[in-house]
This record gives sequence, structure tokens and C-alpha cells, in this order.
Amino acid sequence: MPPRKLEIRNSILYLYVKTIERAHSPAHMWEKIKLSNSYSKALEQIDNELLHWPNFTIHKCKQRVTKITQYLIKMRRMKLRQQPKLIGVKKKLDRREATRERKALAAAHLEKSIEKELIERLKSKAYGDAPLNVNENIWQAILDRERTGGQAEAEGDLEELEDEETDEEMEDEMDDDWGDREFVSDISGDEDDDLSDLEDAEDDEGSEEDSEEEGSSESEDDEEPSPKLPKGKRKPPTNQPKARPPKKQKKGPRVEVEYEEESVPVSKSTLVNW
Amino acid sequence: MPTSRFEPSSIKNKIKREEVAKKTKKAKNQAKLKKRLEQAKVEANDPAARKKRLAENVPRTLDNMREFDPSILTADPSSSNQNEQFEELASDLAQDPFASYFTTVDDPTVPPKILITTSPKASKATYAFCDELVGVFPGAEFIRRKKGKGFEVGRIAGWAADRGYKHLCVINEDMKKPNAITLVHLPNGPSAYFKLTSVELTQQIFGHARATPHFPELVLNNFVTRLGHAVGRLFQTTFPQLPEFQGRQVVTLHNQRDFLFFRRHRYAFRSTEKVALQEIGPRFTLKLRWLKKGIPAVQRIGEGPEELMFEEPSQSPTTTPADAEEPSEENQAAPAPKQKTVPPKQDEFLWQWKPELETSRKTFFL
Repeated sequence: MPPRKLEIRNSILYLYVKTIERAHSPAHMWEKIKLSNSYSKALEQIDNELLHWPNFTIHKCKQRVTKITQYLIKMRRMKLRQQPKLIGVKKKLDRREATRERKALAAAHLEKSIEKELIERLKSKAYGDAPLNVNENIWQAILDRERTGGQAEAEGDLEELEDEETDEEMEDEMDDDWGDREFVSDISGDEDDDLSDLEDAEDDEGSEEDSEEEGSSESEDDEEPSPKLPKGKRKPPTNQPKARPPKKQKKGPRVEVEYEEESVPVSKSTLVNW
Repeated sequence: MPTSRFEPSSIKNKIKREEVAKKTKKAKNQAKLKKRLEQAKVEANDPAARKKRLAENVPRTLDNMREFDPSILTADPSSSNQNEQFEELASDLAQDPFASYFTTVDDPTVPPKILITTSPKASKATYAFCDELVGVFPGAEFIRRKKGKGFEVGRIAGWAADRGYKHLCVINEDMKKPNAITLVHLPNGPSAYFKLTSVELTQQIFGHARATPHFPELVLNNFVTRLGHAVGRLFQTTFPQLPEFQGRQVVTLHNQRDFLFFRRHRYAFRSTEKVALQEIGPRFTLKLRWLKKGIPAVQRIGEGPEELMFEEPSQSPTTTPADAEEPSEENQAAPAPKQKTVPPKQDEFLWQWKPELETSRKTFFL
């Protein structure tokens, strides 16, 4: 027995009542009654319209009105709030992106590219003139290279000290110095000081004698040659890097002794006397 | 069409066929090996030959076959007016919303403040990830997302901007795992939304180093397009401008095929050519989904219309100069009332990812 029903269109409530007397024209069988916006008035309307209906039906209608009014209120309230937008999970897309990500990661060579960038920064002097993140000997090596082989300075001692730790690295540096050394040897005519260790590197004893003479002639330079000498000695291996490394290690301790004496000319002369 | 070459597959007898196939395969491999050895021998004596081979034999990858995008300013060698392009880029960068970061004369020892929060009802994994992020950004602060109404991202962004935060970072979670990051540049945007994948926390990285509180260095690799520059600068502004080099920490955001790989390392220069890296963590991968112009919108639907107000009468030109001067002095003395940052009602997308954008695998946007 559904002679009545309630409908809601655009939050307007309608009460539909079916009357058997109009059964001959189905188009007009249902009587559509618009209910008031106000809840209590709507209930009154139902009471009036369904005057001769059983109490149960009236009660059901009123219940329905209550329910609908409640959810209309809730709908309105929810509309005021900003609700998060729900998005579907696209599995296929996720899978495709995961694969692409894996491949991109492989193509990125992350560590390599980071290392490259850092080295570039170091060499372009982005870290300033006295960088805190570089060992002094490495920084010195870079400065030396900029000066195209430059003068050996007090840092030579440091190199000496740390030499043993970083044999391979030294070799690396020297490989880099390789080209530079040739370049400097051309300049040799002009600047004798710079020369000395370079010549050491290339020739063996004759050049050392030269530097010795210089050292004796200029008292200021006395300090400089001392680190120079070890450097010069370490450099020769770079000319024939494959053959020398063991020799270099042997010479290491002897070099230190020379330094502590701080009498380079003597050591050189002794060398000559050998 | 029958091939003139003898094909072992044409042999009917299986055993014979396999035998022959194996033989030919082996012979082929041997020939290849021989060729390579010869090549190696030649190149050992002649490094120039090796160089030449490497120069000529460049593998074709998605990266070097990338389709040209007019917004790539540095990658088009064919254009004649490169200088103009660079100038354009420079002026672009000078005018973008991040420019203030580079021009301000704030105390360089104070890192930019970043507010990190989660989506509502976050779970353990997300909080752990947030903790990691707080460790990464020197000026970061984590605040739990408040429950209830009125805590939309846009509103939080406005709130944070009024309190001097430079960024808002919202970690979104799905299925109890962090899955997206919204990074909002305050106070005026832009805001970016990234998909977040392959998160590995510091604990999970084998042999990880410990972070120190020094400001890290930044490496932003491979950002070439205009959009890429915007994203790169968005990240750049989250870190202090002057790194503390003694910490030897480097934070990397490497862009490869639109995936942004985040890494943090400690480095040590071993020689002039070698760097040792030790990872600190965390690692994660980002992928840009959209970039909006302002801070995220808040649709204030329930809000009433603005109050009607009378327009303040502008000063009439007839006032005496003395009168005009007085109020201006007052204005200078009293600080202007702080303007509240109000999120917009409508989002304005600068760029949005759509699946149909990725029809070609050689197209990249960053």
C-alpha cells in the first residue's frame, strides 16, 4: 500500500498522494503537494493532507520528513567546509613511473655527478681563498697548478708529512702536474727559482747543483729549497710513474731527516759527493 | 625470402641443430673478443685513438635525445641570440618571487624558517619522515597538524607567513606512508606539489654518516627549463644562503628525466681529482605534479560578503605643506600595521602534470 510518498527536488519537499478515484488516468493519479520550508509547518501540512489516512502512514511520512530535513541541513553545512578531493589510485601509471624512476636513477650516476660538481667548485675557487673544507696540501696542489707549476712553498712540508698517507693521491696530482711541468720548463730561462725543482724533476744531479748555487747565493731562499728538494725528488717518479713508486717509499724517511736538519745545500752537496 | 646465409634453424635434427648453433655462437663471441683485445692493444699505445673512439661512439640516451623545449634557455646552440637569452633569463630570475631571498640583507647566520607539518591524521611513518626533514633543513620546525575545521593548508600558510616563516612544507600520506610533499613559498607563493617515492630514512642507509648542525652546501643539478629553474630556486631558498663549509655536508637535488633525487652526503677531498662521499640520508625522490602561483586557495564559501566601507578621502591638494608633512612624519615613526596574509579563493596553476603530457618519453619539463 504505497499511496503516499515523499520526494525531494532541489531541497524542496513534495508529498505525493495516490487516489484510487483517478485510476482511469494514470497521468493524474498522483497528487503532488509542495511542503513548506519550515519543518513544523510541513508536519502540519501532512496532518491536514492525510486527514483520513491511517495513523501509521502519517507517522511514517513525518519520520521521512524529519530524516530528509536533517540530511539537507548536513549537506548545506558540508558544502561550507572545504572537503579534500579524492583521487583514484592509478596502478598502471604508478608502475610505469616506478620503472622510469629506476631507469632515471641509473642514468643519473648520482655520486659521480656530485663528485664532479664538488671538484669543479673546488677548482673554480668557489670555496674562497682559504677554504675550510679542503686539506691544506690539496688546496696547495690546486694553487700550484694554477700558477702553472708554481713555486714550492712552506706547504711543501705538509705534503711531506702527509705524503705517506696518500701515495696514490700524490700520484694523481703528479699526473695532473705532468703537462704543466713541460710548460714551465720553457719559462725556465726567466725565473730560476721556479725552475729549480722542475729541473730537479727532469734532470738528476746537474740541476740540483744549480739550485744549490742559488741557495748559497741568496740567504732568503735557503728556507725555500729545503721543501723543494723533497718535492723535486718525489716528482721524478711522475716522469716514469710506473717504474718508480717503490723507490719513492724508500726515499721517504731520508727526506724527513734532511728537512729536520734544515741544511739543504749540505744535503745536496753530500748527494753530489756520493 | 630465403637468406643466402646458412641458418642453423633450418636443420631438422634437434641435436645437430643445437650443436651447430652453439658452434656459431661461440665463434661469434670469440671474434668479438678478439676484436676488443686488438682494440685495447692499439689504444694502450695510442691514447688519442681511444679518445677518438669515445668521442664518436656516444650512446643515444633519453637525456641526449631530449626534445627541444623553447623554455630551455641554455640548451639551444642553434639560436643566434644567446646573449639575449641569457639576459632574459637573468632578468627573469631577478623578478621571480624568490629574488627577495638573494637580495635581503638579513643576518646570514639565521636560516630561513620552515614550518613542517603533515596531512590530517598522520601516522608513524610520516612523523618519522618529518623528523628527518627537520634535520635536513637548518631552519625547520615541526608542528603537528591540528584537528578540526579551519586548518586548511592555505590558512596555515597565511598564519605561518604572518609569523615570519619562509616556507611551509606539508607531508601528505596515503596508506600510512608519506606519498607527497607540498612546498609553499611564503608569503606570496608559488606552491609546488611533488609526488614522493622511494623514501629511505637515515637509519635504513647502510654505513650512513651522522649529520652535524652546519649549514649544508647545495648542489642543484640539471635544472634547465624555466619551470626547472623555478623548482630549483624554490629548494634553494629553503636553505641558508651561506653554507658552513667546515661541515663538509652537501645536499643534492638532482634532476634526471623530471625525477628529483634528493641526497645528502658528507664529502672529503682526497686529491685534486677525487672526492670521497659518505651518505648521511635521508634519500627520497620527488616528481613535480603541479605548481601554483600563490599559496594554496581556501574556498571561503560560508563567509559573508565584505563589509561596506566608505572610501577614505584622499588628501586634498589644498592643504598647506606643513599639514602635509606632519602626518607623513607620523607614518614614518609608527610602524605600518601588519598586513595579514590571506589565501586566495581560486588556485592559479602555473603548470600541472597530466598523463597525456607524457606521451613521448623524450619530453621533459624540468
